[in-house]
Amino acid sequence: MATEYLTASMPGVFYRRPGPDDPSFVEVGDEVSEGDTVGLVGVMKNFHEITAPRDGTVTDILVENESEIEAGRELIELTTDD
Amino acid sequence: MIDVLDGGISTTVQDLGRFGHYHIGVPPSGAMDRFSHEVANALVGNEPDAATLEMTYAGADLRFDEECVVALAGAPMPARLDGEDVPMHEAVRVDAGQELETEFTTEGARTYLAVSGGVDVPEVMGSRSTYTLVGIGGHEGRTLEAGDALSTGENGASPDAVVGNSAPEAHLRDFGKGDALRIVVGLCDYRLTDESREELCDVGWTVTPEADRVGYRLEGPELEFVEREQPFGAGTDPSNVVDVGYPIGSIQLPQKPIVLMRDAVTGGGYATVGTVISADRDLLAQRRTHETVHFESVTVEEALDARRARREALDAIRDALER
Repeated sequence: MATEYLTASMPGVFYRRPGPDDPSFVEVGDEVSEGDTVGLVGVMKNFHEITAPRDGTVTDILVENESEIEAGRELIELTTDD
Repeated sequence: MIDVLDGGISTTVQDLGRFGHYHIGVPPSGAMDRFSHEVANALVGNEPDAATLEMTYAGADLRFDEECVVALAGAPMPARLDGEDVPMHEAVRVDAGQELETEFTTEGARTYLAVSGGVDVPEVMGSRSTYTLVGIGGHEGRTLEAGDALSTGENGASPDAVVGNSAPEAHLRDFGKGDALRIVVGLCDYRLTDESREELCDVGWTVTPEADRVGYRLEGPELEFVEREQPFGAGTDPSNVVDVGYPIGSIQLPQKPIVLMRDAVTGGGYATVGTVISADRDLLAQRRTHETVHFESVTVEEALDARRARREALDAIRDALER
């Protein structure tokens, strides 16, 4: 078991869902595959996808939907089998 | 050639801008922080107007096909050339085949990468600057993406002479987060109530996440307009005036203030209540989303002095470097 944190590479607003009326990309306990989108950061009128770097389980979501975040902020805790 | 391995968040080719087309609605575009753009160019022996890469928040990853000299200036951005740290504000030799990896800025918003000879893209209306809204200039009129390849020019400087050039700290500008940005009040500040006019330079304004090359949208208290009868030719909104030209850096008030930047519309019918002076637009361009901005009212005379001081600082940097 290894734990890693997915961080934002830009400041902006963190979105947990693709649109206001859509379900969240992920919830705690969800299994994700490498490349899956787990959140968005909106800045300069563009949305940037936060993707899972490898297969694993979401074990914590550290930032609320639509929170203002700084670059480098830890957003999601991912636990992997290796 | 320079191969783009990763474009970063928003990386564009910019020079000092396109001039003479403002009246037909073509904004100048060009480097948002002109000071840092010029410093980057000076370090590698380029002319001030050579095209650089403007990298916003998170930079690009690049592979250089041939030997050249590069320099980073502006917002501090961690970068490695084949694993070796690349310092800010210093000219660094790049060997053919080397890769530059950049991370996100630790403060400020925009970092300029100059390469000896400048980035060579076709000139459009007299400039290599990218104007993404219309898709002209720069590389295909857009932000850079993985797979793009850029040509570079020649600047005649000897790499051996310029490598190791470093900009004297004393003349570099501090992004001094607390510094007020100087504005010249006008043209339509008469539309504001006395209280709101005071408030403009009294309160802190927060940079919103929408702030970009077009405009810096700010969040703060609601500013109030004087009651009036709608003049002929103006729109119905209290913030509407009969069309005016918008100076670059002007603070327009649809409701919340927007400071119009280098890719903005050049005229229209919103009241503009002040203009950020040219010397301080560089600083505004380095403010990040969520940061606070204060305005300070100055006279045109003071604005001209500030512009002179900025020019002298650039000259001092250039004079300190090998060519």
